[in-house]
Amino acid sequence: MSKGKQRQQWDNIFQFLGIGCVVFGLLILAVLVIDVCMDGLGRISRDFFFNYPSRKPEQAGILSAWVGTLWIMVTTGLIAVPLGIASGIYLEEYARKNRLSNFIEINIANLAGVPSVIYGILGLGLFVRAMHLDRSVLAGALTLALLILPVIILTTREALKAVPFSIREAAFALGATKWQTVSQQVLPAAFGNILTGIILAMSRAVGETAPLIMIGALTYIPFLPQSPVSVSADFPFVHFSIAGLFDYFTVLPIQIFNWVSRPQHGFAFAAAAGIVVLLAITLLMNSLAIYLRHKNQKRW
Amino acid sequence: MAKRNALFKFKENVIERLLQLCSLLSVFTTAAIVYILFSESWAFFQEVPLVEFLTGTDWTPLFMIKKYGILPLLSGTLLTTVIALAVAVPAGLISAVYLSEYASSRVRDSVKPCMEVLAAVPTVVYGYFALLFITPLLKKFIPDLSGFNALSAGLIMGVMIIPLVSSLSEDAMHAVPHGLREGSCALGANRLQTSFRIVFPAALSGISAAVILAVSRAIGETMIVAIAAGQQPNLTANPLEPVETITTYIVQVSLGDTPHGTLEYQTIFVCGLTLFVLTFLLNVASFRLRQRFQEIYE
Repeated sequence: MSKGKQRQQWDNIFQFLGIGCVVFGLLILAVLVIDVCMDGLGRISRDFFFNYPSRKPEQAGILSAWVGTLWIMVTTGLIAVPLGIASGIYLEEYARKNRLSNFIEINIANLAGVPSVIYGILGLGLFVRAMHLDRSVLAGALTLALLILPVIILTTREALKAVPFSIREAAFALGATKWQTVSQQVLPAAFGNILTGIILAMSRAVGETAPLIMIGALTYIPFLPQSPVSVSADFPFVHFSIAGLFDYFTVLPIQIFNWVSRPQHGFAFAAAAGIVVLLAITLLMNSLAIYLRHKNQKRW
Repeated sequence: MAKRNALFKFKENVIERLLQLCSLLSVFTTAAIVYILFSESWAFFQEVPLVEFLTGTDWTPLFMIKKYGILPLLSGTLLTTVIALAVAVPAGLISAVYLSEYASSRVRDSVKPCMEVLAAVPTVVYGYFALLFITPLLKKFIPDLSGFNALSAGLIMGVMIIPLVSSLSEDAMHAVPHGLREGSCALGANRLQTSFRIVFPAALSGISAAVILAVSRAIGETMIVAIAAGQQPNLTANPLEPVETITTYIVQVSLGDTPHGTLEYQTIFVCGLTLFVLTFLLNVASFRLRQRFQEIYE
């Protein structure tokens, strides 16, 4: 065989190896999804969503877990999204290139790499102990908000960077102030990409387990946080309350962790069913983000 | 008019200050992490000498006879990390070379988001999978395997890290100027030779950054090892045995009722500090390397 042919053959072999490696990860994911569905789909029913956790595996449900997850997600989003976008705007549009902004930048890059369990320790020391928030929804949401903040800041900056400078110049030429330019021109133009980043950050927060275990989110919660909206016979009939923020809570991943750690085999099925729900949520959010990113790929 | 202008200016200033305040929150977060970790660890090191902590081979803070040597936890962390990297680095790098040098842009654009889903799966799900699928599967081939073991936890952790390695290294290879490839091809090299003798070395600092970041991620990963690798400190290099990592220990203690202010409670923070220092050093190294390859090619 000539040397050239041999080289060509190695090239082909490597190509197959490359395809193999790309497919390998996806194959594992497929096996995982199939395995979980086989174990868990049988347990999914109306009762599974509306039962509290129980000592009997076949009666255990995820009511307190999904309601807790919903509480945490909404509160985390309300805290992290405005703060993250604001810092992103400052660093990209306002900050001058000086020591301070450079320091903030390196600092955010580092925070993005801090293991999530360390954020849990931060939450334990700062929110649970120092601020006496106890194991409340608010303490959990603040912890997760700090965790996803770097992600939101980084994606906001990327999105703002992608908006061409000519748009800003045009706005300034029309006499707009800096804030008018940013809030009415640049931010709307970057909105699609920022939204993608927010969805990805939130999908990460849905699956986070370790930080919430650290702050002491309990696994057996046979009650729900107080509802933010209640209806009664007294005027004005609909009442709003944020008291639920200070109640104990659990979330879906912690409930799953608890069931996985139990020795009775029945709980493995409950865990699998919980995982089906959790995976459905994260995969949906990720597909939505991928779709939005694809749709927003604007060429300026 | 002048009055209106002054009002505008005032408003603009207030907004800028508010935005700046938000961005300073990240500095505050870091400061809070460092303060909390150091202050509780300080109290710990009043009781336990640093030398004993760093060189002791027994970690038994939750037993009657308490010993505080971090080595078993470090060895557990190291073992799972090495196994994870043995999966993630080859698979991630080969995927990266393939996606950057071989695949058409259409294949690349559709495969990349799919691979990123791998990193988006909640780690508690991977833990379940490692414990209840991979371990029973491996047991058919390796009868000595314990129910909790470093091997299956490490393997699954590796799968989780593949997208991190592959997407960061692919970015680095993508940034290599096209002229280098053309020069190589003009000299008669084929794709494989160009990939490994020209592009790969040119992108090496970016690729090393990706690998270092992968190490840091594997060290800090919590739920997979907490579920599948076991919870007994074990100074061993045998991947078939149960081990406890630093992260698992932190979770284990916080699941129990450890009273605030005791030495056991402080071990959470000491372990957290160890973890923080390790990952911080790796992250800084990775950040530096990435900055270097950006400087060269942009």
